[in-house]
Formats: sequence, C-alpha cells, structure tokens
Amino acid sequence: MNLFGNAVRWRSIAKEALDRTAIVAKFLCLLHVANTYICTPTLVYGPSMLPTLNLTGDVLLAERVSHRLGKVGPGDVVLVRSPVDPRKSLTKRVVAMAGDKVTFVVDPRNSDRVRTIVVPRGHVWIQGDNIYASSDSRQFGPVPYGLIEGKILCRVWPLDGFGSLNH
Amino acid sequence: MGTRSLLWDITKKYFTVGLIGLTVSDRYASIVSVRGSSMSPAFNPGSDTSDYVLVEKFCLDKYRFSHGDVVVFSSPSNHKEKHIKRIIGLPGDWIGTPNLDDVLKVPEGHFWVEGDNSVSSLDSRSFGPIPLGLIRGRVTHIVWPPQRMGRVEKETNQRPLSSLQDRPGFY
Repeated sequence: MNLFGNAVRWRSIAKEALDRTAIVAKFLCLLHVANTYICTPTLVYGPSMLPTLNLTGDVLLAERVSHRLGKVGPGDVVLVRSPVDPRKSLTKRVVAMAGDKVTFVVDPRNSDRVRTIVVPRGHVWIQGDNIYASSDSRQFGPVPYGLIEGKILCRVWPLDGFGSLNH
Repeated sequence: MGTRSLLWDITKKYFTVGLIGLTVSDRYASIVSVRGSSMSPAFNPGSDTSDYVLVEKFCLDKYRFSHGDVVVFSSPSNHKEKHIKRIIGLPGDWIGTPNLDDVLKVPEGHFWVEGDNSVSSLDSRSFGPIPLGLIRGRVTHIVWPPQRMGRVEKETNQRPLSSLQDRPGFY
C-alpha cells in the first residue's frame, strides 16, 4: 500500500519537474531568438572608438534586423565578427560601402602616407573613431558584409551617456 | 468564445514550436539542400538530384576545423548567398595555386575552400582566402536520398599542400 502511494508521488513530482524544465527551456529559446533576430545588449570596451565610446566599457543595445535587410550604411556603428580571430567581435564604424573609394592615412602615428582603395563587391570598410589606437580595415582590409552581426542603436550604461551615440 | 480561445491555443502552440525549432536550427543542427554540382561526386553526383545534408553548429563555438571538413559559409561577395565547399587550407598554411603559378599563405583567421569538382566550382581560387567568421556550420551527414545516407568523409588528399615552411632557403 505504502509502495503504491510512493510510486504515485514520484510520478507527480517527476511530472512537475518536467513541466518546470519545459517552461525554462521555452524561455531560453525565446531569449535566443530575441537576441539573435531582434536586439541584444553587448558590453564593449577598448580605446578604438574614443571619444564615441568609453575606454572602460559601455553597455550598448545592438539591433539585429537592419543588417539582414541590407540597411547598414556609412556612418553606422556596427558589431562585426573579427576577420583576424573569429571568436571575437569588434565594434567599429562603417566608413564606406562596396564600390566606394576610400582614402585613408595608413599609420597616423608615424607618417602622413595616404592610400586609396576601392571597396570590392559585397564588402565594407570599417574604421574605429580613434584612428591612432584602432586595428581595423586599415590593417586587415575590407571585410565581407556577411561578418556584420548588428547595428548599434543606443548606449544603455553608463547612465550619464544614455541614449543615442551622437552627443 | 470557444473558437477564439481555440485559435489562441493553436497560435501559441505554433509559436512555441517555431521558437524551439529556430533555436535548435541555429545552435545545434539543421538540414539544408545542396544545389549545384561543385561538390560532385560527394554531393549531387547526378545533375538532377538534390541532396539534403545535416549541418551541425557546434563547431561555431570554438571555430576549430580540420582539413577536409565540408562547411557551409556565407558568400564573401553576396551575404545573402550560402555556399558549401571543402576546407583545403587553415590559417598559416601555404597554398599552391597552379593557375596563378604562385604560392600564398592563408592569413590568420582565414581559410581556403575548394569544391571537389574543380571544373565547375566557384571557390577560393577566384575569391581568395575568406574569414572563418563567415562559416555557418559543418556538414556531417547526408540524410537524403536514402541510398546515399551516411557520414560525409574528410578527404585530405585533394592536392599537394606544400608545407614550404620546412624548406629553409625559400624566403
């Protein structure tokens, strides 16, 4: 008798555990879809986008819709997968699109030498706002559009810089 | 009132199934159809068939690939297209290009792809080495048609990949 009662209790406990796990799993799927297809917060840090972004780190909101529709253009700050290390993401500004001619100072710290390049089809030219401390298309060349992962919408943290990036 | 809540229930179910399916297909594995004959005879050996293959996404965590892996990647000249080719060179390898009579080194973070059917394949011999970040998954099995179901083998005897770094006088 007792054995039967125990079995029934275990079954209901197992069922409840399964239900709760299913809810958590569904929530994680929703989170994944929202982060990958709608918008996601990202933490960025480093000197390459001074003065637009801080050295010690900002939390930015990146939207993931425009780049799929091809609506990324010059002047946008974008999240890009690094062509040098695919496990890292970079935050840089798009300076030129496919077909444009880019004229840039190769190494502003040491010389004034300038180069001009035409951006090939399907690629974009990205540069950090702080050209003295940024490793970008001036070093690794134009990057394929397929590496763009999102466009930065606004800053969320620190609060005194809250809002659009052009202040 | 009854049909209203029934409709809502059905919508919720479809939405949930859609979310789960999308997450699984993005993070774990998905099935894609192969078009074109650039990977004959491994895929689409006849010109009329269209193979379906299983693409796994676990490799996108650490980006560790081996020579001979077949991968799906976004095209460097058009981000909306995806291609399926075999990895011939990984970062640091030297690739000999007979048609250009030249040797070039695959840069850091890039890889060199070629189709098995070199006659009709648009690959790194035209657009050069491409960033690993463009890879969207690795092909592990053929799932359709049933007579060709099975693992996709790594073939590493594509072409002599000269390891010229062994020759001291080359530079």
